[in-house]
Amino acid sequence: MTAAELLISVMWLGLTAYVLLAGADFGGGCWDLLAGGTRRGAAQRALIEESIGPVWEANHVWLIFVIVLCWTGFPGAFAAVASTMYIPLTLAALGIIARGAAFAFRKATTELVFRRAYGAAFALSSVLTPFFLGTVAGGIASGRVPPGIASGGIVRSWLNPTSLLGGALAVALAAYLAAVYLCQDARRAGSTALAEAFRRRALATAVVTGVLAACGIAILHADAPVLFHGLTGRGLPVVVVSALAGLASLVLLLLRHYLATRVTAAIAVAALLWGWAVAQYPLVLLPDLTIEAAAATPEVLRVTLVVTAVGAVLLVPSLVWLFALFQRPRSAAGERAAQHPGGR
Amino acid sequence: MSSSWCLAAAASPADLVAARTQMGFSLGWHIVIACFGVGMPAITVLAEWRAIRTGDGVHELLAHRWAKAMGVLFAVGAVSGTILSFEMGVLWPGLMETYGQVIGLPFTLEGFAFFIEAIFVGIYLYSWDRLSPRAHLLTGLPVCVAGVASAFFVVTANAWMNQPRGFDLDNGTLIQVSPWAAMFNPATPPQTVHMVLAAFMVTGFGMAAVYAVGLLRGRRDRYHRVGFLLPFTVAAVVTPVQIGVGDWAAKFLATNQPVKLAAIEGVRQTGTHVPLHLGGVYQDGELRYALEIPSGLSILAHWDPAALIHGLAEVPPDQRPPVNVVHWAFQVMVVIGFGLLLLGLWLLLAWWRRHREPPRSRLFWYACVLAGIAAPVAVEAGWITTEVGRQPWIVWGHLRTADAVTPVPNLSVGLAVVVVVYAVLTAATVYVLRRLARAPQEADARPEPVRP
Ligand code: HDD
Ligand code: HEM
Ligand code: HEM
Repeated sequence: MTAAELLISVMWLGLTAYVLLAGADFGGGCWDLLAGGTRRGAAQRALIEESIGPVWEANHVWLIFVIVLCWTGFPGAFAAVASTMYIPLTLAALGIIARGAAFAFRKATTELVFRRAYGAAFALSSVLTPFFLGTVAGGIASGRVPPGIASGGIVRSWLNPTSLLGGALAVALAAYLAAVYLCQDARRAGSTALAEAFRRRALATAVVTGVLAACGIAILHADAPVLFHGLTGRGLPVVVVSALAGLASLVLLLLRHYLATRVTAAIAVAALLWGWAVAQYPLVLLPDLTIEAAAATPEVLRVTLVVTAVGAVLLVPSLVWLFALFQRPRSAAGERAAQHPGGR
Repeated sequence: MSSSWCLAAAASPADLVAARTQMGFSLGWHIVIACFGVGMPAITVLAEWRAIRTGDGVHELLAHRWAKAMGVLFAVGAVSGTILSFEMGVLWPGLMETYGQVIGLPFTLEGFAFFIEAIFVGIYLYSWDRLSPRAHLLTGLPVCVAGVASAFFVVTANAWMNQPRGFDLDNGTLIQVSPWAAMFNPATPPQTVHMVLAAFMVTGFGMAAVYAVGLLRGRRDRYHRVGFLLPFTVAAVVTPVQIGVGDWAAKFLATNQPVKLAAIEGVRQTGTHVPLHLGGVYQDGELRYALEIPSGLSILAHWDPAALIHGLAEVPPDQRPPVNVVHWAFQVMVVIGFGLLLLGLWLLLAWWRRHREPPRSRLFWYACVLAGIAAPVAVEAGWITTEVGRQPWIVWGHLRTADAVTPVPNLSVGLAVVVVVYAVLTAATVYVLRRLARAPQEADARPEPVRP
């Protein structure tokens, strides 16, 4: 593997982490939107808030990490995507602002009117942000972002069949992941009713996502032939893994093995991303910009890889601790403090 | 795909203005919040540490409440920072296409700092009841370090835009890059130190202002006193150091970026014994209506009244920054700096004369409220000095801002949308912070004090 390939793999790993972690946080926002009236949805919203609260900022940083690695390692491709995708990226950025701020504000507010307004902003932007990011992915994958600054159509690069598919799929996958993760969170919190509710949602979104993916094949065939051939050719094994993992999750959900479902669902989604990567290899941007041609100078690649490796030594244990800490029940002392609303 | 929407050849002047306004606006917004991200963890951890050491409930209460506000500010800082990384590419593809890889290193490092910060903020805010007091205190330390580190990294990238190093160009294409040399360019030491200190000043004076308001309203309890004194002391101690560092930054400009210094001082002709100008308006190549201190600038810049100061006339007119903006922004920063110094001295004097009591004068407390606003104003003024003073270059001497901007049309629409979103965000942030500040104290009190 060359240094450029290694760096783009690291970037793709970061993207996978973003989709699996922050994607689920966005999905939580979708479910917040659909949770029903203020009183009826209260329990679901509380569970979502509890699950997302401590982790969303860390999950969000994966996106920044990917963006930065992209402009460091593949500056030309980054400039091409960012300039052509001016509109959806600006909208996604605004969605990110609305979502993060509204989530934090809702937590810190008590009046119902404001909680509702922030809740609505949080939920709506949770749907729109993944949608716009998905349209960007669709535009890149269907070859609508040629190399060069703003040389793609600034509207049609992201308003086209593949982009719409990408947007819809992003929203569906986010909702699916969130529902699957929340089943286990609900069970750990001791609420069978909530776990059942999210199980139904996970099953429903699994079916919707499956159908979308199936329709997607036809859309790609017509609209993005290069990607289609890649996915049905070199990428086929990865696509099959994704489909099998998706089916396995369905079965595991039916059997209520929530922890195992988390794993298979994550595999199904991750495989979709890597299937795209394999299908498009070795191109970064269609029609002909390869990884090697797009890469930064060798010294930059080397330094970035070394720094990333060193950074990972700090990062990985911290991340593990973060997730472990909030996956285990509060300590006895904690329980006591938690009974007093001022506990934190 | 060949509609009129694509392949605009170059940006119109109006689009360039829109892009610059949007960048300056969103950066100027982010920086105020980011300052709290740098300074507030340290001040909060300080309060928590004293609470654990002395078992004092007031310090503990303050730490809890500051942590809550920090949670809100962190979220807002994170999202307003994210839009900046989008904008780097969306608005300035011409910069990123060529130089993205040159400034990539500090941003990659910053990414890790953000990770550490976000992870430990999550732990710090949500684990009061999951960890022992000591362990909880320790989880605050990585937040403090990472906050300062991220400010350092991002400012090195800006320093590079002022003193571009570490790359070789061949006909406009990069052939060689040394990322470390780019990051540790000559402007890095003064700029990063100046910025980190500024962050502590903004945080300290800003937090103290909240309690100054309470004290003005007659709430003279210990909670308000400590809440005022702790952050104020931090900021007041930093202020004299900051003025020294500002002087260092100016001396640095005198040797390394003389055009910017000339704009700051409105110096047109190169010469010796150049006076220092206070106030004034730059018209037709000279600074009018200004108070002149003979040889002042030569002395300040080089400790020598006969020192040579380069004037704007040394570069062609199209390479000169707009003088009045830069000159006035600089004046505002310096006046605020000295004003804040006096405020700190006032407290010191009263403390000594009144036996550990702050001044009684209401004027002092009004001034403290004002200081909470003045400190961020100084930061904005400082950045306007730096950024506008670099014009017309985005990368000094190498790339013009006009050549870096995206050719996508109708940028003013994007600017309008961004301004509206930020207006709503500002209103909501202020509202939520005020609610947090006004919540009754009992709401945050722990049932029993924590002992070490
Ligand atoms: C609380 C904030 C604050 C205060 C009181 C001061 N500054 Fe400042 N100044 C900043 C906050 C700041 C800043 C916002 O942080 C800047 C912008 C870029 C930078 O590195 O620091 C800055 C930039 C900046 C620059 C431009 C540096 C460059 O472009 O490379 C100079 C010459 C000074 N400052 C000088 C001073 C002097 C002589 C001060 C004496 C009173 C002073 N500053 C007080
Ligand atoms: C947070 C503090 C900062 C503030 C308040 C600030 C402010 C500004 C302002 C007012 C402008 C517009 C100047 C003009 O066009 O006349 C500007 C431009 C710009 N700044 Fe900064 N800046 C800050 C830090 C940074 C940093 C750390 C970077 C990069 C690493 C940066 C990158 C840019 C870029 C790319 C532009 C657009 C091109 C230009 O106008 O030169 N800024 N900034
Ligand atoms: C002098 C200028 C700047 C300083 C001191 C600064 C500092 C910080 C700090 C301390 C944070 C942590 C969050 C918080 O505390 O609220 C933050 C967040 C962020 N900043 Fe800035 N920043 C500056 C300018 C910029 C620029 C120019 C960019 C991008 C080009 C940027 C990108 C970000 C991003 C992406 C985040 C979010 C990280 C997260 O999710 O935690 N910042 N900044």
